[in-house]
Amino acid sequence: MKGLHDIQFADSNIVIAKADDLMNWARLSSLWQLGFGLACCAIEMMATSASHWDFDRFGVIPRNTPRQADVIIISGTVTLKMATRIKRLYEQMPEPKYIISMGSCANCGGPYWEHGYHVLKGVDRVIPVDVYVPGCPPRPEALLEGLLKLQEKIRNESFVKNTA
Amino acid sequence: MKQPKEIFESLKEKFTEYNFEIIEDLPVEPIISVDPLNVNKIGFYLRLDADLQFDSLMVLSGVDDNNAKKIKQEDETEIDDPGTLSVYYHLYSTTLKHKVTLKASAPKDNPEIESVEKVWKTADWHEREAYDMIGIKFLNHPDLRRILMPYDWDENSFPLRKDYENPEFYQGIKVPY
Repeated sequence: MKGLHDIQFADSNIVIAKADDLMNWARLSSLWQLGFGLACCAIEMMATSASHWDFDRFGVIPRNTPRQADVIIISGTVTLKMATRIKRLYEQMPEPKYIISMGSCANCGGPYWEHGYHVLKGVDRVIPVDVYVPGCPPRPEALLEGLLKLQEKIRNESFVKNTA
Repeated sequence: MKQPKEIFESLKEKFTEYNFEIIEDLPVEPIISVDPLNVNKIGFYLRLDADLQFDSLMVLSGVDDNNAKKIKQEDETEIDDPGTLSVYYHLYSTTLKHKVTLKASAPKDNPEIESVEKVWKTADWHEREAYDMIGIKFLNHPDLRRILMPYDWDENSFPLRKDYENPEFYQGIKVPY
């Protein structure tokens, strides 16, 4: 699908767009992320935010409070002790909110799946995940791909009919 | 500078009323087994004696010895020996540059070992961890709470014990894979 930037405009004053398209484009272009690092995946997430991969070009800026965030990237091993806190952080985020589960630990428990007495076997046991990014840890490119998948999901949402 | 054997001899001389044993046939340095309920007094002596000066507790670790067994009695009935839990103390003297390893064992059904927090401040969190993971009760510890596991974890559940089994649920969250 073409973005608004790709369209040649005949008139410089008025743009006609569907409300859904415009709102979705605005929302998916400035996904503010709750700065939330848990383990080694957080290192890759920070690298993604830094100049080389530059998360900011997709409008992703880390925010230090859940109340200003649109997306939470669960980057790392979720312990049972942290699970209750993640749930609270998620509940403090304003709607609409999205979750990217980054790495094997957050997806399903990863290497701790059998003997990790303290590890939650997948963050989707406490909060609803939108995009799973596999890897241990995933490379920054993989996280970018995950973000693009999330943008694709947001692009197809509608305010008129309830898609969620 | 003293060898573990000499330290063992001086401990036996100083504390005639306690049992000491030295375990030497090991690939590592010898281990001196001490009385679990008087380890704090032994610690103070090791720390303050001019010839020993063990001013650094490098690490304190709890161990499940996994040695539970059934003992057959003469009338063919069996009694359960619950085995032991142990605490290892790795000591170092920064002034005299010598090391020693101590071991204190307590029965698993009542694992009580005297705290050495008053002797070496390092022991505070190390003992909390040994309590959290193995379930050793350190007597006279000022703040014996869990340190890693959640505070509301089942109080009789210690995850690094060999007979540990994970709970089915924690706060309504399913735990097993």
